[in-house]
Amino acid sequence: MKYSIVTFPGSNCDHDSYYIANKGKNKARFIWHKDTNLQDPDVVLLPGGFSYGDYLRCGIIARFSPIIAEVIKFARRGGLVLGICNGFQILTECELLPGALLMNRDLKFVCQHQYIKTCNNNTPFTRQLKPGEVIDIPIAHKEGNYYIEPEGLNKLEENDQIIFRYCDKKGEINVAANPNGSVDNIAGIMNKTGNVLGMMPHPERNAEDFSGSEDGAKIFSSIEELYSRCS
Amino acid sequence: MKAHVYVTLKPSVLDPQGKTVMHSLHSLGYEKISEVRVSKFIEITYTGNNRSEFEQDLENICSRVLANPNIEVYHYKIIDSDSHDEI
Repeated sequence: MKYSIVTFPGSNCDHDSYYIANKGKNKARFIWHKDTNLQDPDVVLLPGGFSYGDYLRCGIIARFSPIIAEVIKFARRGGLVLGICNGFQILTECELLPGALLMNRDLKFVCQHQYIKTCNNNTPFTRQLKPGEVIDIPIAHKEGNYYIEPEGLNKLEENDQIIFRYCDKKGEINVAANPNGSVDNIAGIMNKTGNVLGMMPHPERNAEDFSGSEDGAKIFSSIEELYSRCS
Repeated sequence: MKAHVYVTLKPSVLDPQGKTVMHSLHSLGYEKISEVRVSKFIEITYTGNNRSEFEQDLENICSRVLANPNIEVYHYKIIDSDSHDEI
């Protein structure tokens, strides 16, 4: 299985993502944002970081990088795209995902372990998670406060596009467990066709036992399992 | 010519920066302040002479880049570079 990991000026989780993606039979490669060829991947990964210093609005400048036109074409053809943190912000700016990421409710950069609840495990990225499974995935962001108008939120709910919600250890979804003020405790969403996932938590940072939890590996192994079934 | 562009969060979007500034102003004694909204101000310089062309470009620039229509609204003023008066 082949991952193409896009590096923008200011990406800082591209190497972490590469480390986790480039295992076993899987091959990962870096794609520079000025390239116009994704190199025929099975999955495109937009990593975390601060592309273009987060100038103007997180993800907006990266949205106009030459490679993004190819990412959009790839997604429209049904290719799997995973955007983590800044990658999620870029996906909303290029309208592959609805809504926007605002500054955190408390105006602080939040860097901590975070429990999130699996709200839909019937996706290419979550098939190895149980329905409602609570996983520990770290967050590190200042602009992760997901916002969408009520009408858009209804559509996300109707179409099962809300994939992860912030919760406490027991899986309770409440204000106290919401680290950034996101609407409906949303931590990750998919597009309607189910091939593009954006999430603020960083599964690549919690995918080996040295980091205290391997929960993040379940997202990568879900993709892998799907691929092995299809190939 | 120049343009002054203002990008503001929609009224329906919570502005935590504005709230924080408002609380600070209250603590300084400005208790009659009922709301503060923090916005972006962007100044753009244009080398062409055609005002309507500039205005058309500005519309595109604002809607494509400077403002996110999901959360923000924008407006702009074109400024004559020979004077400080707004056209």
